[in-house]
Formats: sequence, structure tokens, C-alpha cells
Amino acid sequence: MLIALQVLAMLATLLALLGLAGFLVFAERRVLALLQNRLGPNRLGPFGVGQALADAIKLLAKEDFVPRFANNWLYRGAPVLVAASALAGFAVLPLAPGVSWAGTWNIGLLLLLALSSLHVYGVFLGGWSSNNKFALYGAIRAVAQLISYELPLGLALLALVLLAGSLSLQGLGQAGSGLPLIVYQPLGFLVFAIAGVAETQRLPFDLAEAESELVAGYHTEYGGMRFGFFFLGEYLGLVLIAALIALLYLGAWSGPFLPACCWMLLKTALVILVFFWMRASLPRPRYDQLLHWGWNALLPLAILNLLLTALAAAWWGTP
Amino acid sequence: MKLWRRFFASFWTTLRQLPRRDTLSYPEQQPQLSRRWRGRPVLTRDADGEERCVACELCSAVCPTQCIALEGADRPDGRRFAESFRINFARCIYCGLCEEACPTLAIQLSPEFAFAQSERGDFVYSKEALLIDGPGKHPDYRYYDHAGVRIRALPPAPAVEPRSNLP
Repeated sequence: MLIALQVLAMLATLLALLGLAGFLVFAERRVLALLQNRLGPNRLGPFGVGQALADAIKLLAKEDFVPRFANNWLYRGAPVLVAASALAGFAVLPLAPGVSWAGTWNIGLLLLLALSSLHVYGVFLGGWSSNNKFALYGAIRAVAQLISYELPLGLALLALVLLAGSLSLQGLGQAGSGLPLIVYQPLGFLVFAIAGVAETQRLPFDLAEAESELVAGYHTEYGGMRFGFFFLGEYLGLVLIAALIALLYLGAWSGPFLPACCWMLLKTALVILVFFWMRASLPRPRYDQLLHWGWNALLPLAILNLLLTALAAAWWGTP
Repeated sequence: MKLWRRFFASFWTTLRQLPRRDTLSYPEQQPQLSRRWRGRPVLTRDADGEERCVACELCSAVCPTQCIALEGADRPDGRRFAESFRINFARCIYCGLCEEACPTLAIQLSPEFAFAQSERGDFVYSKEALLIDGPGKHPDYRYYDHAGVRIRALPPAPAVEPRSNLP
């Protein structure tokens, strides 16, 4: 009985996350339109919210097509890997103290980093198995970018772990429930935010997709719901990074008046909004500039931040 | 430092666009089209209600997609008129060359742009569908005031002395 209930609750979480991803696609289209003198999709339902549902129906109703020249199994498996790795990350993400599937797990942060690496495998295998030069270029870019930006990301997190003394996300959130950790870690926040956006492979770091150069990058050969899975992975990854920024640096669920989960959702939504805004504002860097930034600017900054944090923690103790 | 200023300037630039809207909610809000908008061609009449078209076929000849087909005939009073006039709007590109070629200002491009059909055959407009009651853009123009059958009744103009034309 208890197991059946748990499975039901898991399914509900899954559906909520899928719905959230669909809604975010719609929300991004509207917000981008507002920032670009346009209106965006506003026909179906109030404010055009029904557009998310219409998009989902369209993707599901499309032909399930595998190109003749593609490597069949890898081609089919890659989108699933991308979507699944993004979905699995939410298991360790606490909405409020105690409201999560495995928020207290003592290796939650490690799991997230591992899943984000797994996500790259999905992207790379998708691009590689497509047997298309544009897809392969996109996949190679994705791998190089992810490797370059995962290091500063991990190092920024390491400084946080040093302060909080915990690898579970709930422990990290509780560490920031007094004074938000951004106060102790302004440099770390900067590094984490930039590397985080690069992890999600969204503009301005969407070199793996780069429509103006690579058709659609690694998912050039994908269509229908397989393409939808890549999309799902991208938007869920965006939510995950935004939620991490809110949880780790912006004081997690702490705030006056409203209940804890409301504050968490509010902060996450705010970070997502800033991501949308950034997408509308910034151009895509050149590929060598991207790698240059990752290795020559972000990585030294992250190491410096870690050293300073360690020194400060040794001198004054952790907060 | 310059880079950072540019970085934030780009955010400010997009934020400033928030209250502006260039897109219209089309069926409810109709666009303000200029008078010279090139939409569906129509056949006009002059101020007396006479058809202007004299079936000279210049429009048909100049049409780059050859979507205009017409047949001319003589009226009892000796004037030419178009017995039939067909435009295939599935081919028309609204270039406006027919309007420029027309010596009688009969064919004119109207601001109508939304006329979708579900059958290709429905795009072929006949003369009845093309002819409108009004004079269009040039209400006072009458071709026969300046040329055509009436000109025979006028006294011949004095011959021009070529040397008097020198600058």
C-alpha cells in the first residue's frame, strides 16, 4: 500500500516536472517576445498558456522517424538519456526542509554533478549517432564546453561545501537559511552562475546548438518527441540550475511571511526570469572565446575563490 | 571595464523594449496600409461609370508571371473593351507592373491582401470579380479626354516647326 502510494506520488512529481518544462517553453517564448517588441503566442487559453499543451500534442503526434544513416540504438537512446538525467536530478532537490525525495542524502551534490556529466553523454551520443557533420560538430562543441565549464562549477561548489560542511542539498540549504551564502561567496556565485548557464547550454552558451552556424547542432537529425526529449532535458536542466542558484546562494527557502516552499519557488522563478532576460540580451561568443573564458578566466577565479574561502574558514571558522 | 559596461548595457537595451509592441493582434487589429500598398489588382471605372479597360493587353504582356489573360472586342460605338478578363492570383506576385503599364489607369493594385482559398481553381478571378464600381486612385482621369476615338473630331494641331524647338 505504502509502496503504491509512493509510486503514485513519484508519477505525480514526474508529471508536474513535465508540465513545468512545457510551461517554461511557453513562458520563455512570451518573455522573449516582450523583450523583442513582439507579442508571442497569446491565442490558446488565458495569456496563451494552452500553447504549451498544443506544442506537446504536436510533438507527440509527429512521425517517429529514424534516418537511414543513423546508428539506430544510440540514436533512440540518446534523447532518453538526456531527459532522464535531467529528471533524476530533481530527486535530491529539496523544495523546503523535508519536502523532497532524497534531499537529505549525504551525496546529493555529487549526484547532481554526476548527472550533469551523464547529460553530456546523451548530447554527444545523439550528435554522433546521427551521422551528420553538423550534429557531430555540435556534439563535439557540447563536450568541450561541458568539460571546460564543469571544473569551475565543481570548484565553486567545493567552496560552498567547505562553508556548509555538508554534501546534502538540504544541509547546504540550511547553511544559507541565516545569511544567504552569496554574502560570503560573491565570487563563487559569479563563477557558479556563469558556469551554470554554460552547463545548461542555453544562450549565450548555446554553441552546441548554434542555429546560425550548425542548423540545429547536435539534434539536427531529430524530430518529433525525440527532439522533444532534448528540449525537455534543456528546460529541466535550466530549472535545476536556477533552483541550485536559489538554494545554494540566495538563501534557499528562508524569507518572511510566505511558507518555505513558496520562497524557494519564487527565488527559482526569479533566477529563471533572469536567464530568459539574458537570452534576449547577450550574443553568442565565438567558440575559442568560450573556451578561453572557461580555462583562463573562470577556472583561475574558481581556484582563487576556493583558496580564499579555505583561508577564511581556517582563520575565522565557518558561519 | 569597457566589456562589463557593454555587458550591462545590453541588458538595459532589451529591458527598455518592454513597453513597446510592433506586432498587431491581426484579425482584431487591422494594419494601417499605405495608399500605395500593392495588394490584389482590380479593374476600375471612370467617373461616368464606364469601364476604363480598352483591352490593349499591355498588362498581360508585361506581367512577369503571365497570370493575366484577356480578350478584347469592339463595342457598337467603336470603342474597345475587354470581353473577358481573368487573373490567376495563384501566380500573381503583386509586382504592380500591370498598373504601371496600363495606359488608361484601368488596372490598379488595391490594398486588399487577405484572400486565401482552399482550391487552386478559386484563385482565378473573372472579370465580374475584378471589376469595381469606383474610379480607384485617380478619380478624374478619363482616357478618352486625351486620346482614343474622340481625338478624330478635334481639329488637327498645327504642325511643329522643328527649329523652334531648339534650346
